[in-house]
Amino acid sequence: MGQSTKRPVWSLAGDSQPLRLLAITLLIFVGFSLVLGDKFFSIRNLQSMAVQFPEFGILAFAIMITMLTGGIDLSIVGTANLSAIAAALLLTRLSGEGGAGLALELSIPLAMVAALAVASACGLLNGLLVARAGITPILATLGTSSLYTGLSYVITGGPAITTTQLAFIGNGAVAGVPIPVIVFVVLAVVFAVLLNRTSFGFNVYMLGTNLRAALFSGIDDVKVLMRAYWLAGVIAGIAGIIFLARVNSAKPEYGSSFILLTVLIAILGGIRYTGGFGTVAGLLLSVLTIQFLSTGLNMLMLELSGSSAAIFFRQFAWGGLLLAVMVVNDYVERRRQRAT
Amino acid sequence: MAKPIVRLAGIHKSFAGVRALQDVSVTLEEGTVHCLVGENGCGKSTLIKIIAGVYPRDSGTVEIGGTLYERLHPIDSIREGIQVIYQDFSLFPNLTVSENIALNEQLAAGRKFVNWAHVRRVAQEAISQLEVHLPLDARVDEMSVANKQLIAIAKALRQNARLIIMDEPTSALTEREIRTLFTVIGKLQRRGIAFLFVSHKLNEVLEISQSILVMRNGQVVSAGPAGEYDTARLIYEMTGQRIAENAYEFTPDPGQPALLRVRRLAVPGVLQEVSFALQAHEIVGVTGLLGSGRTELALALFGMLPMTAGEIEIDGKPAQIRSVQDAIAHGIGYVPEDRLTEGLFLEQSIGRNVVVRTIERLRGRLGLTDPLQVQQQIRDWVASLRIKTANPDLPVKTLSGGNQQRVVVAKWLASRPHLMILNGPTVGVDIGSKNELHELIKRLAREGMGLLVISDDIPELLQTCNRILLMRNGTIVEEILPRQTNENALAAKLIED
Repeated sequence: MGQSTKRPVWSLAGDSQPLRLLAITLLIFVGFSLVLGDKFFSIRNLQSMAVQFPEFGILAFAIMITMLTGGIDLSIVGTANLSAIAAALLLTRLSGEGGAGLALELSIPLAMVAALAVASACGLLNGLLVARAGITPILATLGTSSLYTGLSYVITGGPAITTTQLAFIGNGAVAGVPIPVIVFVVLAVVFAVLLNRTSFGFNVYMLGTNLRAALFSGIDDVKVLMRAYWLAGVIAGIAGIIFLARVNSAKPEYGSSFILLTVLIAILGGIRYTGGFGTVAGLLLSVLTIQFLSTGLNMLMLELSGSSAAIFFRQFAWGGLLLAVMVVNDYVERRRQRAT
Repeated sequence: MAKPIVRLAGIHKSFAGVRALQDVSVTLEEGTVHCLVGENGCGKSTLIKIIAGVYPRDSGTVEIGGTLYERLHPIDSIREGIQVIYQDFSLFPNLTVSENIALNEQLAAGRKFVNWAHVRRVAQEAISQLEVHLPLDARVDEMSVANKQLIAIAKALRQNARLIIMDEPTSALTEREIRTLFTVIGKLQRRGIAFLFVSHKLNEVLEISQSILVMRNGQVVSAGPAGEYDTARLIYEMTGQRIAENAYEFTPDPGQPALLRVRRLAVPGVLQEVSFALQAHEIVGVTGLLGSGRTELALALFGMLPMTAGEIEIDGKPAQIRSVQDAIAHGIGYVPEDRLTEGLFLEQSIGRNVVVRTIERLRGRLGLTDPLQVQQQIRDWVASLRIKTANPDLPVKTLSGGNQQRVVVAKWLASRPHLMILNGPTVGVDIGSKNELHELIKRLAREGMGLLVISDDIPELLQTCNRILLMRNGTIVEEILPRQTNENALAAKLIED
């Protein structure tokens, strides 16, 4: 009954997901550490994991912001690659072998600005399609995803554009912390502030909960959605720069598995795919969990089968995990509905 | 004496230690219309769910159709001919009328192929029992609320209903549709079918029912033939106190320009030639049947429905209202018709619902939202509108209808509008809360706000408004002063063509 005054403590907390997730994250970390010993629980492995997760971790923020509005952005990997290609093209043309001979101090910032400009344009186009044209986000961004990837093929003609000029970002570290990790942490802080301490963040949650009520409350839906998709584009652009810095090349089809992975991270992190609910803390824990699982499962499979075929198992595992998490969330939600 | 269909004795029911029903004994006889009244949270819905077999009882006896049930399951209840029609009617919007009425049994019979001729015949039979006309092949989502309700009744009849329980059956109907419904009920009643009505509209309760049950705090506090009750006694039994409402007095100030002046406003197809003015301190009622343009007028003034002709003046100055943002910039607030889908973010906290309009202003250092100011504003509004909650961090959906409506009002008051438009401000709100909302409306008007109250609740209009505008076919046809009319005269005007 709605009017009963006594209710379980966990429903008072409103959002118990981050706590539950923290327990799961720790359990998985401790579990793999026990089973795999110092193969898993070692400085070397921790370092190697730390350079892996920022790529998809950063992209997960782009999924998060659009999912909170009740939509999704499936074009983030397409945007990231297109941005990376823009940056790589500028770098090779301006300062590469046989290029214009511009100093790296100038060409690198220029390349970054170009990448972010391309990413902004991609995000704004998504925003226009979703907010102005009113196309269902999943279809609009599925379309633009193909558009951006296609554009990448047209520009490059297929092969990767190689440049090592950003490797100092991909391999560099400040006080022992890899630069991509720093970028990821800064983004997390920015996001936490944006979502909890600005009216834009507040409006994203409200609009994602009930679009009609948002309109009737005077929230400008077009403005909020445009900003959210633009932001998702810019984040994808940042991820694109990290791609380029890590692998020293930009190509149209890099990281295509990241779409499913980032959706999995968002859902596992307690971001409701219908919009309106989800926290940065949940997302962070989810990113870590996925990285632990990824590395741990790989090592485990290698140990058991002795071959590197383990890599193929991962895709299967991600798909299965995504479905399992959604079924469990649905079950928990329904039990909660019944209890209140 | 009519034969009893349902006999409950000494029913107790608690949820997690909270007592919902206490020693409730009820007998429902065939061919009788029973009305169950009581404030929100008094145990009405729990009682219905026990009769429907949804909740098991803690103690007491349940006898249905002469059989004592140790454990009553929903399927037993349905077999005994008990049909509950909830407010959403549980129909399939994308199927036709006849499919909705008759497809169920085809499925239940385990047929793989549908006999369409049979479906139509069965549906036609059920509808003709009601002696109404419904297009068999129209899709249900194209039907009015009133027709959906008739379809739900027809469907219940197909399942051999002997007792039809209806939750707030008239709350979304116009006066004329209520007449049709009451006629249908009368016919079915003469054939021996019993009804149990749950309603907040006391006039209707007294009109339709033969037997009345009043609940308060989980107990049946009063029961008897309808002839023994009038509105005042019902309110007294429901609330345990006497409530008297006084009409709102307004004395115009000739020196002031009108707060709102509308000239020949038009929206193609829904509004034409709408002209009226509203002063500060005024409470102006707008009434009319569904489709008369009363909601559209509100939407046009709030910028949701773009006007194509006419002028709006606010405080004597011409105003352009093309969007909700324009309306808000001119100090207009709107409490929408449908609280649950338009007024509230149900899953979000009470607090967030309160500050949604003002969050932009509650900023501290670095231009960031200041949580302390936000908490303070939430506390202030929860206290000043007396929103009953243990914790404003709980989702707003945990509140009762009256408290939910207060949250919607608080949301707008926080942004200090000069003009508030309230559409159906007390629909689905219990009598005590209704009274408090009326007092709040009057207090706001006394403090200088102008209010436009859209409603088809005639007592509400007469008690709160100093003027009533009657709308018909998209325009204002008459201005009525409450002290020059009465409930019956106004009701007659409302349904006049």
